[in-house]
Amino acid sequence: MVYLTRKAEFSASHYYHNPDFTPEENQRIFGKCNNPHGHGHNYTLEVTVKGEVDPRSGFVVDLKQLKEVMHHEVLDAMDHRFLNKEVPEFFTRIPTTENLAIAVWQRLETKLQKARLHRVRVYETPDLFVDFYGE
Amino acid sequence: MKAHLTRRYRFSASHRLHSAEMSEEENRATYGKCNNPHGHGHNYALEVTVSGPVDQTTGMICNLVDLDGFIEREVLSRYHLANLNTLQEFAQLVPTTENLSVEIFEILQRGFSHAHLDKVRLEETMMNSFEYAGGNELQH
Repeated sequence: MVYLTRKAEFSASHYYHNPDFTPEENQRIFGKCNNPHGHGHNYTLEVTVKGEVDPRSGFVVDLKQLKEVMHHEVLDAMDHRFLNKEVPEFFTRIPTTENLAIAVWQRLETKLQKARLHRVRVYETPDLFVDFYGE
Repeated sequence: MKAHLTRRYRFSASHRLHSAEMSEEENRATYGKCNNPHGHGHNYALEVTVSGPVDQTTGMICNLVDLDGFIEREVLSRYHLANLNTLQEFAQLVPTTENLSVEIFEILQRGFSHAHLDKVRLEETMMNSFEYAGGNELQH
């Protein structure tokens, strides 16, 4: 089994708000992140896939295909977007880094050929990242 | 849905590696430059990884405000700009980064209850780092 990681970057804005909470609760729990006009981050995405090395090609996965799937499924939908208003998952889910990692996993999981998804890592800043393994 | 969140912090501290159980020669042979009696310092980077189910009312494993506040109070205020050898936990224990990793893990294990603690990772320099998961094998 060999693991391969492909990186990508995207920039997006978001805010944290739960309509079931009172304005005071939203403010207490989410603090500055509750600003309804949003704020942004430069996200770094790392997608790790695993599989056996194909004896003919020497590849675990065709990197070009992985790159295209990441671009089509994630970057096209999220880069330079307001996540709460433009990405359907976040119409109902709060676009935290945790939920972003889960959403990326769900978008990629069924689209990859041959290689299996091992980990999705999303950096919100260089000092904060979330890993999701599909558990 | 279970996720793992890692937060990175920085602090600077000095230390001297010296064991009372070794002779002067043995200390010098074991620790080399790190045995300099006047000590020396590092810019440490600390990564704390916690995990748990993502609470769908908040979208979070735990509130970062709680983790940041805990680390500030219990770890950074204790170690940042300190001489590690002067601290109680290193009175009998050599302040290697191995031992410091274990100390920080145990501080979190004792006092941080908002999420499961997976591991701490401590970079002493850009060239070396140490990970401790409470004595368990690393999971991933």
